[in-house]
Order: sequence, then C-alpha cells, then structure tokens
Amino acid sequence: MNFDKELDAKGLNCPLPILRTKKSLTDMTSGQILKILSTDPGSVKDMAAFCKQTGNELVTQTEAGGEYQFYVKRK
Amino acid sequence: MSTTDTAVIDELIRKRLDEMLPQAIEAKLTEREENRTPSLAIIATRGTLDWAYPPFILGSTAAALGWDVSIFFTFYGLNLLKKDVSDLKVSPLGNPGMPMKMPFGPDWFKGINWNIPNIIQAGVPGFENLATTLMQQTIKNNGVAGIAELRELSQEADVKFLACQMTVELFGFHHDDFISGVDYVGAASFLPVAQKADVSLFM
Repeated sequence: MNFDKELDAKGLNCPLPILRTKKSLTDMTSGQILKILSTDPGSVKDMAAFCKQTGNELVTQTEAGGEYQFYVKRK
Repeated sequence: MSTTDTAVIDELIRKRLDEMLPQAIEAKLTEREENRTPSLAIIATRGTLDWAYPPFILGSTAAALGWDVSIFFTFYGLNLLKKDVSDLKVSPLGNPGMPMKMPFGPDWFKGINWNIPNIIQAGVPGFENLATTLMQQTIKNNGVAGIAELRELSQEADVKFLACQMTVELFGFHHDDFISGVDYVGAASFLPVAQKADVSLFM
C-alpha cells in the first residue's frame, strides 16, 4: 500500500507510539497516508481508539512476527 | 378566524411539533456532542518516580486525542515540575505491590520475584537507591519513556501545568526551581477547571 510518510515506533511503549503518531499527522495534509511500525501489542487497540476519537481513518493494519503495521489516513 | 378554526390549527401545530421536535433535539445534541472538546483535570500529589508516570501518560495521551488537559501539581507532586527530574526515586518501603525483579541477566533470572521482607528493605541503607536504579533500568529496557520526555511531550501538546502556590511557599521552593510554562495558582483557580472537566482524577 502507498503511503506519504513512515513512522518507526518499534521498541517504544505506551503512550509513545500514539504521541508520535499524533505528532507525525500534524505535519501532514488531509488525505495523506501515514504508515506506522510498532512492536507494542497494546498499540493495536490504542491506535483504533485514537483514530476513532480523532476522526482520522485507520485504513488497514497487519501483524507479522510481533511487528504491527498501521496505515492511517489523515482527516 | 373562528375560535374553532384556531383550536383545530393549534391542535395540528402541536401534533406536528411533537413529531418534529424529538428528532431536531436529538440531531442538535448529537452535533453538539461531536463538536465538543472533551477535557481532563488531574491533581498530581505524589513525587516519586512511579507516581510521576500516571499524570504525564494520561495527560499527554488525552492531549493527543484532542482533549483539553490541565494538571494541578500540589504537595509532593511539585517535584514533578522541577527542572531536573532525574533524581526522582521509587521506594519499595510500604509498597508491597512492587515487584522486585532484576532488569539484567538470563530470562530465568529476570523472572525471579525477590521476595524481600519490607522490614529489611527499610533497614538496609541504600536500598531505595538500589530499587530506583533497578526501576530506571527496567524502564529503559522496556522502551518506556523517561519522565522528562513525557513532560516535554505534554507541554508541546498544550497540556496546562498548574502549580499550587501555597505548597511552593510551604516547602520553601522558588519558581526558579521549576520548568517554565507553569502557572502558579490556588485551589480557587483549579476547582472551576475541574468543574467543567469531563474527567477529573486525583493521583
């Protein structure tokens, strides 16, 4: 999947992946896609909750070998 | 128009309004709820490394969710606003819920919970420093942010820091001891903030 920006949040724990995601999205324009890499299992539920609350769209998410990928479309 | 006509028209209007009003009110309330900015008010009263986390984690995360956040630091909580927070300590004394695990060595060794009686922890000089060092290493190993970093992220995200001026004087602190961007206020300033907040937490 195409993306406009990538955020590597691997090795970081709650709440850093969410805080960095928020920061990255701030610098982007509406409709752009942010790809986030994370190893924090808690980030799966948290990313969904973050997107729901902030109105950004969680386009897709995948998991492979303990690494999570999220694609978030900026509101 | 005759009285009968007016009565009929009134009746029709009343019926129509009964049909329309609930929907209109519902729509208006939903719109208001969606446009409203939620808010969080925290009172931070503790000044140890472990208790430094909850206010900054919840504060910064709420700000990331787009909430308005205010944290009122009072009593020992003022320690969390000091310029240097690297000397915050954690005490195992009177804290039986704290696991005592080693943040180094092979996995089987790291997994052991050292069940050291509280009375020994209290009596051995330097035990608190040892516990603090172990906790700091565990925090690092787990990719958990440091307090200074979380605090900075909170400020960047417009979390408001309020400090209790009475405690500043009580403990003989000076405004120079603390980071910049702090408002020094009293209970009368914080309570109206908490009154309007959706979530109020005492820590």
